[in-house]
Amino acid sequence: MTQQPYSKPLPTPQPESDFYWEKTREHELWLRSCNDCNQAYFYPRDLCPDCFSRNTTWVQASGRGTLHTFAIVHRAPTPAFRDDAPFVVAIVDLEEGPRMPTNLVDVEPDPSAIHVGMPVEVVFDDVTEEITLPKFKPAG
Amino acid sequence: MADLSRTAAIVGVAESDEIGTVPNKSSLQHHMEAAANALDDAGLSKSDVDGLFTAGYSTYATGDYLGIKPRFTDSTTVGGSSFIIHIAHAIAAINAGWCEVALITHGQAGRSNRAPQPADPSLPTLQYEIPYGFIGQPINYAMGATRYMHQYGEDRTRQALAEIAVSTRKWALMNPKAAMKDPMSFDDYHNSRWIAWPFHLFDCCLVTDAGAAVVVTSAERARSAKKPPVWVLGAAESHDHLGISTMPDLTSTVSRHTGPAALGMAGLTHSDIDLAMIYDSFTYTVLITLEGLGFCGPGEGPDFVAGQRTAPGGDFPMNTSGGGLSYTHPGMYGIFLIIEAVRQLRGECGERQVPDCGISLVNGTGGALSSTGTVVLARD
Ligand SMILES: [Zn+2]
Repeated sequence: MTQQPYSKPLPTPQPESDFYWEKTREHELWLRSCNDCNQAYFYPRDLCPDCFSRNTTWVQASGRGTLHTFAIVHRAPTPAFRDDAPFVVAIVDLEEGPRMPTNLVDVEPDPSAIHVGMPVEVVFDDVTEEITLPKFKPAG
Repeated sequence: MADLSRTAAIVGVAESDEIGTVPNKSSLQHHMEAAANALDDAGLSKSDVDGLFTAGYSTYATGDYLGIKPRFTDSTTVGGSSFIIHIAHAIAAINAGWCEVALITHGQAGRSNRAPQPADPSLPTLQYEIPYGFIGQPINYAMGATRYMHQYGEDRTRQALAEIAVSTRKWALMNPKAAMKDPMSFDDYHNSRWIAWPFHLFDCCLVTDAGAAVVVTSAERARSAKKPPVWVLGAAESHDHLGISTMPDLTSTVSRHTGPAALGMAGLTHSDIDLAMIYDSFTYTVLITLEGLGFCGPGEGPDFVAGQRTAPGGDFPMNTSGGGLSYTHPGMYGIFLIIEAVRQLRGECGERQVPDCGISLVNGTGGALSSTGTVVLARD
């Protein structure tokens, strides 16, 4: 049994996001949060994008949220996504406030099965040894 | 702020020699052909150009290829709206004395040359969106349309998108340069295949090979141009995000700022506009841009475009070239909006000419609904 090598684009962790990707590998979702604004934000930046404060920290997210919007991709944007189509791209409103891009999985790729505002929860897809992508599924 | 309204004019516009499917020409050749044609349209020559503007490429590349050594240079690249934003920068530079004849060029063998462009992996889009397949604007904009449907109703949104696709095709049939030559019925729209639900194929712009250029100059020089000048009455620009997932409101572009600002600078209101040229990367882009610009309120776009109001014979002429949906769209279409507005204001549009076209509002949208540039243009 040979496994197909993962051919879709992978993120390249950056200094400000190493921790984020280390934690997804441990199947945890962590967000950067500003101690001055008392607000978590996405994507991770050392300085708060609202107030430029350096008084920021990492907080673990609950992994729960609601679906902000989605699309069902029928025409694969690159050959690497051909086997996946139709698949669901989505933006999720996390319980902590921030919005994040993702895929909605474990769901029929059909508009009658997916609704903006539906509760979702994080799942972790270990796509390579190094990279785990947080994805979301309808909350059970 | 200095009042720059009516201090500079567009005196030359042109496409490259051939547009559509042009497999034998590079992107830079499209730039050069369009530049030559636009300067000819203006009655100017290459040696008159002292300000050089482009997007996508750096003016390093266009200046080298075209053999132009500018004393003012602007490579502002914020997507397909960039060229409309260049108009604003050009009038500022001309008034500051940094240049006198501004040449804005675009060229992209979008259809025939799809060599991937290297991207910086530290960009947030590369790290957090692309791995999930947020690749290409149909997917990004489709997520905007889904959100709009949720907020304002799926059926009426769908009907609005169809109205826009069908009306735009009607205009294209009157433009000999348009890529799409066949009529489109509402059934054709609804039956076209899914690209990324909620987008059908006919919600999405074309991908063509094309170049375009625009020449802007001072009021003084504009008076001696070959054709009547088209005055820039107002101009504004903005952006509020990079990738679609950081767009503050997926149903509202920064046209909500640039529309009122450009109209304010022009001292005009919506009812003064004879022709709207609205970047139609997607049908949805038009819908929310009409709202953002203030032609109607949020969520009112479907009522505004109902009944083929924007089609030939309707009372709101829009995208009379056939738009990015049915005329041409090489990758960054904004400059073609300016070309059509100028031709309409000069009365050069033959069968599709808008009667008594005196004032046009042009709005470009770039990126993932990220940036907008608005200009208000008028004939003498
Ligand atoms: Zn803060």
